[in-house]
Amino acid sequence: MNQAVPFKNHWKEQRLFLSRLIAAGIIILLSTGVLVSRLFQLQIVEHQQFAAMSQGNRLRIEPLAPTRGLIFDRNGVVLAENLPTWELVLIPEEVADLDVALDALEALGLVDPDDRNGLTELVRSHRGFERVKLRNLTEEEAARFAVRRHHFPGVDIREGLVRSYPYGEAVAHALGYVASISPADLRRIERSEYAASSNIGKTGVERSYEQLLHGVVGYRQQVVNAPGRVLFDPAANTGLAGAGASPTGLETKWPIPGDNLILAIDIRLQLAAAAAMEGVRGAVVAIDPTNGDVLTFFSAPSFDLNRFPTGLSRTDLRALTTDSDEPLFNRALAGTYPPGSVIKPFLALAALDYGVVDADHEIMCPGYFMLPGQSRRYRDWKPQGHGRMDLHQAIIESCDVYFYQLAVTLEIDSIAQFLRTFGFGAATGLDISGEARGIVPSREWKRSRFARPEEQIWFPGETVITGIGQGFTLVTPLQLAHANATLASRGKPFQPRLVIGTENGMTGEVILLEPRAQLTLDLDDADWQRIHDAMLGVTEDIGGSAREVMAGTAYRVAGKTGTAQVYSLAQDEEYDEENLDERLRDHGLFLAYAPAEAPSISLAVVVENRGGGSRTAAPIARQILDVYFTEAEYVARQL
Amino acid sequence: MFILQKQSMSLGSFETGSRRELLFSPLYLRNIVMDVPLLVTLLAVNGLGLVVLYSAVGSNATLLLRQGVRCLIALTAFLFVAQIPPRILRLWTPRIFFFGLVLLVLVILIGDVGQGAQRWLDLGIVSFQPSELLKLAVPMMIAWFMHERRLPPTFTELLVLILIIIIPALLIARQPDLGTAILVVAAGGLTILLSGVSVRVITVLGLLGLGSMLPLWQFMREYQRVRVLTFLNPESDPLGAGYNIIQSKIALGSGGLFGKGWLNGTQAHLEFLPERSTDFIFAVIGEEFGLLGLLLLLALYLVLVGRGLFIAAQARDTFTRLLAGAVSLTFFFYVFVNAGMVCGLLPIVGVPLPLVSAGGTSMVTLMVGFGMLVAIQGNRIILVR
Repeated sequence: MNQAVPFKNHWKEQRLFLSRLIAAGIIILLSTGVLVSRLFQLQIVEHQQFAAMSQGNRLRIEPLAPTRGLIFDRNGVVLAENLPTWELVLIPEEVADLDVALDALEALGLVDPDDRNGLTELVRSHRGFERVKLRNLTEEEAARFAVRRHHFPGVDIREGLVRSYPYGEAVAHALGYVASISPADLRRIERSEYAASSNIGKTGVERSYEQLLHGVVGYRQQVVNAPGRVLFDPAANTGLAGAGASPTGLETKWPIPGDNLILAIDIRLQLAAAAAMEGVRGAVVAIDPTNGDVLTFFSAPSFDLNRFPTGLSRTDLRALTTDSDEPLFNRALAGTYPPGSVIKPFLALAALDYGVVDADHEIMCPGYFMLPGQSRRYRDWKPQGHGRMDLHQAIIESCDVYFYQLAVTLEIDSIAQFLRTFGFGAATGLDISGEARGIVPSREWKRSRFARPEEQIWFPGETVITGIGQGFTLVTPLQLAHANATLASRGKPFQPRLVIGTENGMTGEVILLEPRAQLTLDLDDADWQRIHDAMLGVTEDIGGSAREVMAGTAYRVAGKTGTAQVYSLAQDEEYDEENLDERLRDHGLFLAYAPAEAPSISLAVVVENRGGGSRTAAPIARQILDVYFTEAEYVARQL
Repeated sequence: MFILQKQSMSLGSFETGSRRELLFSPLYLRNIVMDVPLLVTLLAVNGLGLVVLYSAVGSNATLLLRQGVRCLIALTAFLFVAQIPPRILRLWTPRIFFFGLVLLVLVILIGDVGQGAQRWLDLGIVSFQPSELLKLAVPMMIAWFMHERRLPPTFTELLVLILIIIIPALLIARQPDLGTAILVVAAGGLTILLSGVSVRVITVLGLLGLGSMLPLWQFMREYQRVRVLTFLNPESDPLGAGYNIIQSKIALGSGGLFGKGWLNGTQAHLEFLPERSTDFIFAVIGEEFGLLGLLLLLALYLVLVGRGLFIAAQARDTFTRLLAGAVSLTFFFYVFVNAGMVCGLLPIVGVPLPLVSAGGTSMVTLMVGFGMLVAIQGNRIILVR
């Protein structure tokens, strides 16, 4: 290096450089060739495919929610309608970070911290492009969100319709409610049908007639950009109905509104029941014996249906579900009670039918009953005894001893067989789900019910108490009203129904559903008459257990009181209502049908833990019947 | 020791080749150094770029005007640099290079954070990306270093050259701006190639470079890794990381041979195409003007590169040769990387399409580069034999 600067061979260097330039030039041409062939492949060879994809990019199919069908009572009073509302919706794929978005919404007070997990699960259970309704917003909340909308990509407010129930508390358990589609619901529905819907029927008629009410989803094609913003919507401004292509070639298929439903419920009776049941737990079911129409279906305490469609917060829901009075529990449908003495007319009918007693058969009631060879005393509700009793009088005064004897004579399996013909121990087939079946005990039933051999044995004493509707027997208020209707119609039962007609949402065409007759009970007319007379005696004869309550009615009522023990008294224990825990006090029951000449209403009332039926349930029945016969005065039947 | 002599330093002479090609008749303009083929092609590309950009920004006149202003600034820089004699450029090269390095360090210390990366220096009136300066300063420094040495470089010299490349590249990668770092490495590497390093050494270096990818992977930010991974399988995440590639391929493919017509590209206009006015403008051209439009653009680019290589071939000393060659090859490299990225051949590294993409800094850098080409062509040093 120190032998001076090496001599630069310019000619050689230039040649070297030129050769490099030429090499570079060749590489450039080759790379360009690669590029051009790639472009050729994309733009010429695969052009068709990409052209189709670019079409798909521009068009988005926006699902359109059908309007949910309205629900009317039998006289055309609206029970469920749709009101305009704001919904907070979220499109999962457009939200970068769900937690961040929910945090921000929470900070705005639009999302309840308690609902976070539920909402996260809800969003996750939807596909990326499906809109998820988070909740409904009030006007004020919608405005609060609207001004900050640009901070929330993928979250939006949308005008919608929300279910509203003008008689939300009175018809709660019959009508049921709609609420947000849950992950569980998603598994039982056709997802595409609900692409635009945020709510679904959860209970009652709203659930069982979901398909009719919901309608058929529609859609429209919109031109959108990649972030999903709608640039052009042919359907937005035109009120055109019907399917078809718009002038721009974008298709719109309008949704088909759901059918309206006409219920058998008469809102006046329903309101009367709600008023009469104020402050107690229990249920009222009224059925038209001539067709199975459920005129009244009330479970107390009730709740306001309107809290559900707009999104009940977890806290509120917890308050409802942990309420010790269980307002959400449908007592009319799923509450099972010992029938107590209201079972007596049915057993009497059984005895007459089987011929084990005749009408003139009399027994002596000393105030207790003893099985032969046993020392245990089965007490009458009247400690001093009723004296001489025939069938008629035993029903009127509700003599327990008579029916202890009757049950023992009938034998448990015959009793079970007969009670089942009246629908006890099975679902009545009401058109909403969740019905309890109750229990009609028999030897067979006990064998399958219990596991241990010593528990499977049927004891004679169990037959005795079955005679007064105690023991294993359990019935629902609906079953009682239904069986009572069968008594009223003298053996011509109809399947109970809440919905009696549908109205097409588009055409307004009304289709009335035919009543569905069930298997006729072929019993002797004289036997029916005897039971009828006895039940009439309950409200009319001296000594009748409901005589005072039904005094002075303009109509004639056949009825039967009942008192169901919740708490089994020991052999020599006295029933002391005052000192008994409230939940262990007797249930009161009352069955009634009227008018006695041609019954058009069968009524079952159950009042929990308030004592005997003549004091608690019968007055409630009186109030409802008064409404039925005065204010409503048969109009409940007209349509 | 130099057997070189400037043929002309004064601007008054009529004897250089380019002077004869002077476009303008007024006498005072005759002294301006200009290369007409380059100028015409550059104006054509710029013009085409503005037309496409108008569509890509959604017919927004304000944005177009802003880009027009940038074009004028870049053109001014081009004209200005073209007048600087290469000798002066050479003398200033070390200062420019080290100034650039200092700026890079400053950016890391005090730079603005934009889009999660520190790339900008706020100079009060304008923000400035020092990494852009290095795209030119690195090849200049290599050319400067080799100017007084014999070609090809010895092994020791090669190591120095590699340091000249690696130091700024690492500083830029730290910002982090992987795209620009790669471009700087490419610019430097191409200069080394032109300096005549043997094919064997190039192969070894290439393998070493590939080996360095592994530690580089450790250095990469998550989004950069994702980009590389989605490049390998874009369809894996059509609405996330693979979105850009898929959308740009749809834009290109749906354009077909003739395109959908100016302002009619649905992909671009409906905002499906991301960064359509910057990195993905190539797809907009493909969608609206079809394969023919892209071929025209590529042809214009090839004319520029070809003219640059021609100037390099004619250049008379090592500095100008290497610089002219490097500027031309780097320019093509940009084109190839951008186009390759848009049509799914290469990963998305955020390289703008030269002279067409919206954005001022890279346009100025490129035009300065072309200005140097003109200067080299107009002030050729004649080897006196």
